Amino acid sequence: MSDPINLIANWLQGLLLGLGLSVGLTKIILSFVGAVVVATIGMLTVIFLIWLERKIAGRIQDRLGPNRAGPYGLLQPFADVIKILTKEYTTPDGADVVVYNIAPIMAVASVLLIWAVIPFASTVVGTNLNVGVLYIMAVGAFGLLSILMAGLSSNNKFALLGAFRSVAQLISYEIPMVVSLLMPVIFARSMGLVDIVEAQMPWFIILSPLAALIFIIASMAEVNRAPFDLMEAESEIVAGFHIEYSGMKFGMFYVGEFLHVFTVGALVATLFLGGWRGPWAEQYPILGLIYFYIKTFVGYFIVAWVRLTVPRIRIDQMLDFNWKFLTPLSLVLLIITAVLDRVLVLVNSERWVYSLVMFLANILIIWATVEVLKKTTSKPKRKEFPMRPVAMAPETSTSTEPSS
Amino acid sequence: MAIEFLPIAILFVLAIALAVFIVFLGSIFGPKRYINTKMMPYESGMTPIGPGTRRMNVRFYLIAVLFILFDIEVIFFLPWAVVFRSLGLFALIEMLVFIGILLVGYVYAWKKGALEWE
Repeated sequence: MSDPINLIANWLQGLLLGLGLSVGLTKIILSFVGAVVVATIGMLTVIFLIWLERKIAGRIQDRLGPNRAGPYGLLQPFADVIKILTKEYTTPDGADVVVYNIAPIMAVASVLLIWAVIPFASTVVGTNLNVGVLYIMAVGAFGLLSILMAGLSSNNKFALLGAFRSVAQLISYEIPMVVSLLMPVIFARSMGLVDIVEAQMPWFIILSPLAALIFIIASMAEVNRAPFDLMEAESEIVAGFHIEYSGMKFGMFYVGEFLHVFTVGALVATLFLGGWRGPWAEQYPILGLIYFYIKTFVGYFIVAWVRLTVPRIRIDQMLDFNWKFLTPLSLVLLIITAVLDRVLVLVNSERWVYSLVMFLANILIIWATVEVLKKTTSKPKRKEFPMRPVAMAPETSTSTEPSS
Repeated sequence: MAIEFLPIAILFVLAIALAVFIVFLGSIFGPKRYINTKMMPYESGMTPIGPGTRRMNVRFYLIAVLFILFDIEVIFFLPWAVVFRSLGLFALIEMLVFIGILLVGYVYAWKKGALEWE
């Protein structure tokens, strides 16, 4: 009873083998069932997330959020889906029809593919790849391709501008993102996500808080959320790359974006917050699944919170922040982590000494970065305006009036 | 080895099938009224001037070149990060030299103004 998911899987396997199917075919069918479950859960989660994000947005911006359709507006996303399904598809004249239609499909498929390697619980994982981190980076690039395809094939200037901006942004922030992903790989000595979760005796966010911070910031840029949503800056280029998409084709981009944000939460949970780890998670994998989901929602909430709090940045600020700040910082972190790891392994230190030294080193880097920033950055000079009296005092105003 | 990639292949096919199916649903329920002006590319309500695909700004090209420089470096880092503890001091120093050479290029690009957007 401690592991209902594998119980069902074993039962199904026994049933299929009992029917006289070969072992290989049984494995294929089981993988197919697993894939269906992952895809369905992903889509249902997105429907819930759309409601949740709008509700959070309402609370943060001091309004109510959706509250008409159903209790607490819970049926709002379903109403949205029905509405968007009954909209017409318009394909602009001069569009490259094949590429134009592939782009929204790839936008969803690329994000769903990441879920194949994420360990949900100690016994529940789609597939245990030994190159998991590399796979995540490779599949993430599909999403970038879908944006570029949408922008180039739409025959629209705004879409083209949005695509250029987003590609510049995505490829820039990929570098600090991958470098920050190296810290869990160094600590766990493996690229497999299952090994990384199992190696997190203290969570990796304690060993390397700076890497987690860089990863979250770079991921925010990767999913094109505010403050990094230059590609769909409404006031400048209307809607960016998906301007010519209508109906469910636009919906696919929307679903892909929400699913990607949730995936970022899952990656933060897996790589830095210990994945399914928690009290009694080893004995009861279902508990691990719950821990994993809670941690994922924490990661998701952070991204949503930042999105709703800060304004959009300019494109030169976006590129400066990446190339002149995040990339050097992540490289410095990588060098210091590698050297410290080497030294600590040489002196054969205990696990808690290792964690403490790594944590203190990260804090030191953050402090040094802040000091360097204080020295090097110049505050923008504002012109000082003298205070102007808003209203004159009554006795002076009466004295200045000409007496009749 | 190959069996580990089987679920990924299945998920890939399924994800594409699911997305195609949902887009197809939209084409069933949605209206289809063809009007010439509706199919015009959007340009703030005006008739579009000139072609929709233009030349891109050269600054995007610079960023792409920088990305290639750094991304290849990062791909070298990934296998190194897995095995560098077992390879010993040699791997560490080797990678520090590698990062050092790369940083020279990075500083050069910065001084040359490749990172400025103006």
